[in-house]
Order: sequence, then C-alpha cells, then structure tokens
Amino acid sequence: MMRARWIWLSLLTLGALSAGLSLGATPISIGALWAGLKDPAADAAPIIRELRLPRVLLGFLVGGGLAVSGAVLQALVRNPLADPFVLGISGGATLGAVVAISAGLSSPWAVPFAAFVGALVTLLLVYRLSLVAGRRLDSNVLLLAGVVASSFTMALVTAILMLVDATRLQNSFRWMLGGLWSASWTTVLMFALYAIVPLGVLLSQARSLDLLALGEEPARHLGADPERVKRLAYLATGFLTAVAVATSGAIGFVGLLVPHAVRRLWGPLHAPLLPAVFLAGGGFLVLADALARSIAPPVELPVGVVTALVGVPLFAILLRRRLA
Amino acid sequence: MIIRGAGLVLRYPGVAAPALAGVSVALDKGELVAVVGPNGSGKTTLLRALLGSQHLEAGAVEVEGRPLEQWRPRELARVVGVVTQREEILFSLTVRETVELGRYAHLGPLAGPRDTDHTAVAQALQRADVFGLAERRTDTLSGGEWQRVRVARALAQNPRALLLDEPTVALDIRHEMEVFELVRKLAGQGIGTLLVTHHLNLAARYADRMLLLNRGSVVAEGTPAEVLRSEVVSAVFEWRVAVTSWCDGAPQIVPLKPGE
Repeated sequence: MMRARWIWLSLLTLGALSAGLSLGATPISIGALWAGLKDPAADAAPIIRELRLPRVLLGFLVGGGLAVSGAVLQALVRNPLADPFVLGISGGATLGAVVAISAGLSSPWAVPFAAFVGALVTLLLVYRLSLVAGRRLDSNVLLLAGVVASSFTMALVTAILMLVDATRLQNSFRWMLGGLWSASWTTVLMFALYAIVPLGVLLSQARSLDLLALGEEPARHLGADPERVKRLAYLATGFLTAVAVATSGAIGFVGLLVPHAVRRLWGPLHAPLLPAVFLAGGGFLVLADALARSIAPPVELPVGVVTALVGVPLFAILLRRRLA
Repeated sequence: MIIRGAGLVLRYPGVAAPALAGVSVALDKGELVAVVGPNGSGKTTLLRALLGSQHLEAGAVEVEGRPLEQWRPRELARVVGVVTQREEILFSLTVRETVELGRYAHLGPLAGPRDTDHTAVAQALQRADVFGLAERRTDTLSGGEWQRVRVARALAQNPRALLLDEPTVALDIRHEMEVFELVRKLAGQGIGTLLVTHHLNLAARYADRMLLLNRGSVVAEGTPAEVLRSEVVSAVFEWRVAVTSWCDGAPQIVPLKPGE
C-alpha cells in the first residue's frame, strides 16, 4: 500500500519532469528528448541542456522547497491554512527586489541578491517580534507579525512603484508575478547546495513536528522541546522560503495546496509526508511552468498565474471535501 | 516517592491572589491520589506546576529525588505521563499512530521504532482497552474513546507516574466508570496516579488519598473519610452538603436543597 504510493508518486514526478523538458515554445518529442540528454551533439541538445534542464531542475527544487515549507509551517502554527508567505518573507523579498530594480542595478545577480537580503531581514525581524518576553516563540504572534510585516513591506513597495518610470515599473511587476526565467546551471547548483541544510534540518525534526502538531503542551509532555523545535522549524522554513522567493518570486499555492493534497494520501506523519510533499511540490511547479511556457508561445505566462489558476479550484474542492 | 512538590507558590501575571499559595503534595508508587476542589481552586495549576509548565514564585518540585529543573523534557517523559483536560485534533492520525507518538522519548533522534517500542504500544493499547480501535482515525472516536486513547498514549511512555486532569469531563456514566476503573487498575500495577476530578463521590470510592484545594491552598488532605467531612466540603464549595456512606464504606456527598 505504502510502497505503491511511492512508486506512483515517483512515476508522476518523472512524468512531470519529462513534460517540463519536452513542452515549451519548441515542443520536443520524447525520442528527441532522450537523444538530446544522451548525446551533446543531437539537434535538441542545446535547448535541452542549456535552457530546459536547468529550468526544470530549478522549478523542481523551488516547488519542493516551498511545499515542504508550507507543510512544516502548517504544523508549526497549527493552522492548515498557513503557507510559506504568511510570515511576511515574500513581502521583504519583493521590497528588496523592487529597490534593486528601481535603483537600476544591472548585474544579473543584483535583484535576486537584494530580494534574498530583504527576505532574510524580514525573517529575522518577524522572528524577533515573535519572541514574547524574550524567550518563547508564540505562534499566534508569529502569524500576526508576519501579516504586519507583509502589509508594511507592501506599502513601501507600492510607494516606490509610484515613483519609478514605466520600464522599471514593468520589470518590478514582472518580478512580483514570479517565474523561473532566471534559471541557469549556476542558480540550480547554488540553490541545491543551499537548500540541503534547511531540508535536512526539517527532515531531522519530522517526529518532533508530529508532536508539535498536537499542541505545545502535549508535545512537551511526550518529551519534545517545543521551543527548540519551533525555532529550528521556523528558521529552516524561513531560509528555504527566502531563497525560493529570491530566485523565482513569490509563487503562490504550491506551499498551500500541495501539503494538503499529499496529507490526504500520506497521512499527517512528517517522516513520510515531507519527502512526498517535496516530490509532489517539485513536480507540480515543473508542470505549471511547462504550461506557462506553452499556452501562448512565445509569450510566457508568469508561473504564479498558472499555479493560482490550477490551485484555487483544486483547493476549493479540497476545502469542500473537508467540510463535507 | 516519584513526585514531590513542596511549598509551591505560583501567581498568574495581573492577578493579585496567588493561584497556588504554598501547596505541598507527594505522589508515591502505586498510589491513586485525587485532587479535588471548586472551579478555580488551583487543581490544574498544581498539575502544571508539578510539570514545570509554569514559573514558580517559591517552592520546589522533585521527580525521583532530583530537582525538576534538571530534567530534560525527553527524560521526564519517560517517567511521567500526562493526560490534559482536552486536546484538539488538527490532523487526525490512526489510534495506533497516536499511541506510537508516546514512544517519542524512547526513540533515538533518527532511529525507527524497535521491537520493544511495538510491544509497548500494543500493551498500552490493551491496558487502556482501545486495542480494537487501533486502525480507527482519531476524528471518528467518541469523547470517551479519545480520552482512553490519550491514556494509552501516556501509557506507551512506560511512565512511573500518571497525571490526569479531569479525564472524565463530559463523559457519560459508563465511560466515566471505565476511566476510574482503568486508573485504579494502573495504580494496582504500580503506577502512581494523580487525578484531578470534580467527581467527589467517585474519587471517594477509588482514591487512596484525597487533596482538597480551595483558593490555592490545601484545605484537607488524607483518606476520603478524613477529607470529605460535611462542614469542610460545605464551606469550600459554598453549598450545604450532607455526607452519607456507601456500602463499601466510602463517604458519599449529597448536596442539599435549600431548606433541607
């Protein structure tokens, strides 16, 4: 039963990755895809190796990271409606990116770097705000602080956007919609190396997260140290979300929808849930990105538009089922 | 002595009167101690103080002779099991999965459950009489079943002491009696049990000792017959009661109607 689920999920993920490689402005057949992957001299090889493969891999990592963050945050704040952006991190990243774009910084790394810094600053501010009486990390205060931080950063973003010229406004807007166009082998490699630590931390806390989802008091009575788990989980999801937002903008619904859907099939225990959520989130975003690239070529829809268009109806169905 | 609290003083911020004004309590192996008293008398606070969940103004708690502050949550969970008043289900697990969480403190950080853990879970399910429910989801359980599952989870910790906070709240007669029978049986197996309850009459029949709290202080302590005296109970609960006696000798409280 359990094994069959994993086989299905792995096959679906592979299918999503293949679709991500073959769909796009220039569709590539599965045969040509295989040839291009094996042989650097094949016709499709440059598109596949230099454009599609890094983009698909980055999408997979970003989607997986966002989905895992969402799953953990839902347990952390004991609220199934939490997603990686409730903590205000995306607001901070947007502010950083918009400042960099408005300042006319031209290096390709300037915008993601500024977004990353913005995200980290917000992350630490929200974290500090949530430490009630200097010691306890209060989940309700955490949510509130996240909402406040989001409103504040978005107010600043709006103010800045009112003052910049049309090109910069358009660039800012494009960034805010989210997308994977910045993908390159370098971003993939950096993302992967960076994400190993927070993902490893979260996976190592899987059992503690099971207890924390029961509530802080039961968790402590069963032997967990809720403060330690909350801090680790908050910082790890924060760092993971920060890098995801910095590389591809605030792509919505992956972190909300995927954990919900997977939890229905895998159950809420985090040790099996988190890896499954990672695969499903990665596959979902790759597929959404493939759709975004191939609906109206050569125009690329922002992938966040596709995740929302697919995600909202799916989420509505899940909610209805849950209430029924 | 498994747990001993001495001279516990505890004040909630912004409240002038102390929630605990120098309470001492001791729980021994195999003993069933009932903590009773009116609403707001400090019963739950006492439990929380014994678990270190609340900051003490004065007094000290020792678990197996060692100061509570020196216990890490993991170690403490291997000695003391707790069933709180209520616990809301966010993500529902199966009963077996829920009880397996009780083994957390016995597992290595990354290692999976071993044979001893599976045995402990099976035994806990059996002792709390929920073995037949093992594959049910917790959100399909009745109130009484859910209470027993939480007792089973605490038993899976292999504790030497159990602290139960009104485990029979909102339960009907059968389920209430089942919980008291279970707790009595566990005490017989050597588990020291501290039971917070509003059921004076059932506590009188099941408990070895009773502790009557009022306004954060111990008003009476001893066997049920020593504690449940009509003048004391009437004064503490601010309602006149008579005390009769059941055929097993346990004192039974009958609240009087006005004029009786």
